Amino acid sequence: MSKERIQISEALYDIMPSDYQDLVKSATYGKEDRGWKDIGTSKELIEQHSLCAGCPESMAFRYILASLPNPEDTVMVGSTGCTSLVFPMVAVHNIHSLFGNQNAIASGLKRALSVRFPGRVKDVVVLAGDGATVDIGLDMTLQAWFRQEKFTTICFDNELYANTGGQESGLMQKGFVAKMAPVGKLFDKVRLPEIARESGCHYVVNCTVSKPSLVEKVIRNAVHIAREIGPTYLQLYTPCILEIGKNSMEGLQEMRDSEKPAERFAYKEYVSEPAKQLLAELAAKDKERKAAAKQLAAQAQAN
Amino acid sequence: MSDYRVLPGPEHFLPPAAASMGIRLPNPGEAHINGVITSEEKAYEEAARQFLMAKVPTIFPGPLVLWAWNEKAAKKATAIRHLFNTLNECVQPGQKPMLIPMPDYRPKYPKINPEVEINPNHPNLTIWHNKIDCCMFIGVHCHQANLSLKIIRGGTSCYTIAMCAQAGHEDAMLSFRDASVDKIMRLADTIKRLKGTVKPRLSAKTGASN
Repeated sequence: MSKERIQISEALYDIMPSDYQDLVKSATYGKEDRGWKDIGTSKELIEQHSLCAGCPESMAFRYILASLPNPEDTVMVGSTGCTSLVFPMVAVHNIHSLFGNQNAIASGLKRALSVRFPGRVKDVVVLAGDGATVDIGLDMTLQAWFRQEKFTTICFDNELYANTGGQESGLMQKGFVAKMAPVGKLFDKVRLPEIARESGCHYVVNCTVSKPSLVEKVIRNAVHIAREIGPTYLQLYTPCILEIGKNSMEGLQEMRDSEKPAERFAYKEYVSEPAKQLLAELAAKDKERKAAAKQLAAQAQAN
Repeated sequence: MSDYRVLPGPEHFLPPAAASMGIRLPNPGEAHINGVITSEEKAYEEAARQFLMAKVPTIFPGPLVLWAWNEKAAKKATAIRHLFNTLNECVQPGQKPMLIPMPDYRPKYPKINPEVEINPNHPNLTIWHNKIDCCMFIGVHCHQANLSLKIIRGGTSCYTIAMCAQAGHEDAMLSFRDASVDKIMRLADTIKRLKGTVKPRLSAKTGASN
């Protein structure tokens, strides 16, 4: 999809709801340096959502959508969970897969897009909860990584099954008592970031979404590496404030508390050697581009 | 030939697909009214009559014409605007023509604003809210149009017309096929010609009353 094709027919422009007019006028499709700082100054790719007030997942969604390097040519694959309440409001192509099936769907989709659009960059990003990624869909998740499928997997880790009332999930921390897991979890949190690294992911990050600039950086890195080299995995802590007994305003603090050194969401990153090389090349190109733009601006000012 | 007729509802919660009841699609040059194959000429007259009779005749343009994918789409959009303007000129006081877009198919449940848009996954909300008693779908992909037309027939008493660019829709009460700019203009001309000859049903029940 070229940005130029996203235009409203002139004869019917006035009847289009304003959110569509805004998307065409001031969204950041096609903008090279798009990022979280566009939030508030341009139309976001997420319209109102139906998540709970103060839900960290909604923050994560906004940062991710603002940071995708190529939203007009990106297809997101979602799965059952709170995220599926948001996808209908998102102005990026997306597919809702069966619970746990998301990485299998994304594998086929990525391959089909490469055949259908050779020579054109088409990114696929999986976004699913911990139940879909680690429990029900673990087979599909791992097999996609083993096969070196070129797409990014993002797991919104809220450490339980949130929208069904708080059941125990593989990513729940040991000993945690939830509404529908009254005994407390008997086993350790599954160490999926380590498993991802061993399974062939070239870029793995475990963090919270408390810092938008960090989310932007890891999303861009993950998408670029997946595009060129192979699978990437991001595990983002998006606590369910309802299920852990917090108020709307306490989500951010919960994430900050959980990312302190030695806590389970302290920032951890793994980058493979080829990925490191790619990131270095991209950084050099970016620097060159910015220097050229600066020079051009200076010249224009001088004239 | 099937005895089943595609009539304004409310039929019931899960109305059968008209195709499963033996209704077939028209051949090129034909149309259908209530599931009975007829000439295009008759269909223009009947569509124009239904529009002129309705209290709230409404056109629902879909993504295929709302978005300027190509020159043809933009031309169809212009023709639709002309059709709406014609309808506005030809109705009598008390009738309120509307032009409500279906910009995309995202199931925007429950955030739909029925005053400004229609969504194929719950079209009844827009029909009920605006008390629409006659509507025409144009520029909506087939599968979404079929879904919507069935929901409308199931839950409302609205008369449905499909100006389909492909082979037509069994689930509409009246369907054209192979829609083009010419056909849209011809419908506008028919409405103009029948202006003043059709009595509006201003007191009859509407799409909202079922």
